Amino acid sequence: MAAQEVASQPSDTLTTLKTESETLKTKLEEERAKLHDVELHQVAEKIEALGQFVMKTRRTLKGHGNKVLCMDWCKDKRRIVSSSQDGKVIVWDAFTTNKEHAVTMPCTWVMACAYAPSGCAVACGGLDNKCSVYPLSLDKNENLAAKKKSVAMHTNYLSACCFTNSDMQILTSSGDGTCALWDVESGQMLQSFHGHAADVLCLDLAPSETGNTFVSGGCDKKACVWDMRTGQCIQSFETHESDINSVRYYPSGDAFASGSDDATCRLYDLRADREVAIYSKESIIFGTSSVDFSLSGRLLFGGYNDYTINVWDVLKGTRVSILFGHENRVSTLRVSPDGTAFCSGSWDHTLRIWA
Amino acid sequence: MARDMSDKEILKMELDQLKVEVNTPRIAVKTTAPEIIAFVEGLSAEDPLVKGVPEDKNPFKEKGGCIIT
Repeated sequence: MAAQEVASQPSDTLTTLKTESETLKTKLEEERAKLHDVELHQVAEKIEALGQFVMKTRRTLKGHGNKVLCMDWCKDKRRIVSSSQDGKVIVWDAFTTNKEHAVTMPCTWVMACAYAPSGCAVACGGLDNKCSVYPLSLDKNENLAAKKKSVAMHTNYLSACCFTNSDMQILTSSGDGTCALWDVESGQMLQSFHGHAADVLCLDLAPSETGNTFVSGGCDKKACVWDMRTGQCIQSFETHESDINSVRYYPSGDAFASGSDDATCRLYDLRADREVAIYSKESIIFGTSSVDFSLSGRLLFGGYNDYTINVWDVLKGTRVSILFGHENRVSTLRVSPDGTAFCSGSWDHTLRIWA
Repeated sequence: MARDMSDKEILKMELDQLKVEVNTPRIAVKTTAPEIIAFVEGLSAEDPLVKGVPEDKNPFKEKGGCIIT
């Protein structure tokens, strides 16, 4: 019996793979479309419209010497950590605007920073391809840089980092196209997540009640939902037309929002496995850098590259307010842990607290 | 790492993922949408950014007032 000669299987050629991929993508869209029987804003028609919003800058945090790239709130609802292009990471008391700690990183473009759940440490990283953890000392004179712990190592820039439910583990995303989960104490990689075809720009952890998943967004226009224990991508969404700069879980954990360079924000329902809302206007042509929800999920705040913040009614799909104040791109935006205010950071070197 | 993968490897990865996703269980939007709405409505009464907070209660509203420790 002649042996089957399969030097390189036909199904392995680039074109065949592409065709198979296209066919499956079409099938996936068909399956999703079957259950797309109604739009979210249609179901939300009978809900009372939101009233007039008066949101103003209540605090301006000045001190960074260059573009603010990232910020995060402490669970105590008053402290904030921010990082900048000039390599500085600053911890602020947002009530008083005082700077409590400042660290100078050995690299510029510190694109990611995060506050530990205990409030006793911050993590940050950027062009150094690493994520480092700095314990925060009560002694203001102590040199924080001396206690620095290098935790994550990627082969390209660190774009985002986030502690899991404890100070012991950190999730990171990188320009190398992967995400990873690390043990802070040992610096060991516990799990890696492969699936994006280009730089991963953002990530967000699911609210703890909903289990061990997180969502990531990247330059491949995809948003992926991952199982943290297995490393498997559970669901992915590719409806944006450009890089996804920000992803944020809905408070219930059943959906997430994304902001993209295509000037839109979108809402994806995880149980229906599809996009269910687009937040856009013809007059908005600049990319969205960051998004976050208000406490109940009724409002979506988006920071844009045209220096504004747009506030959207999540259910009705309409814009309810536009906030001016920053003098350059808004690069980062987070609502405070108790929902009383939100903070925005900008390329104009400042952070603003709005309420 | 995506940057170190060849085009073919990336396509294969995407293909394997698609095969998994085609079989994902899904629920109709007409079921999930009302649930999202109910969730929001249940919480919006207590959402400070939606309903507003009286000036004297929100620590961010007036600068120079009391500092809550």
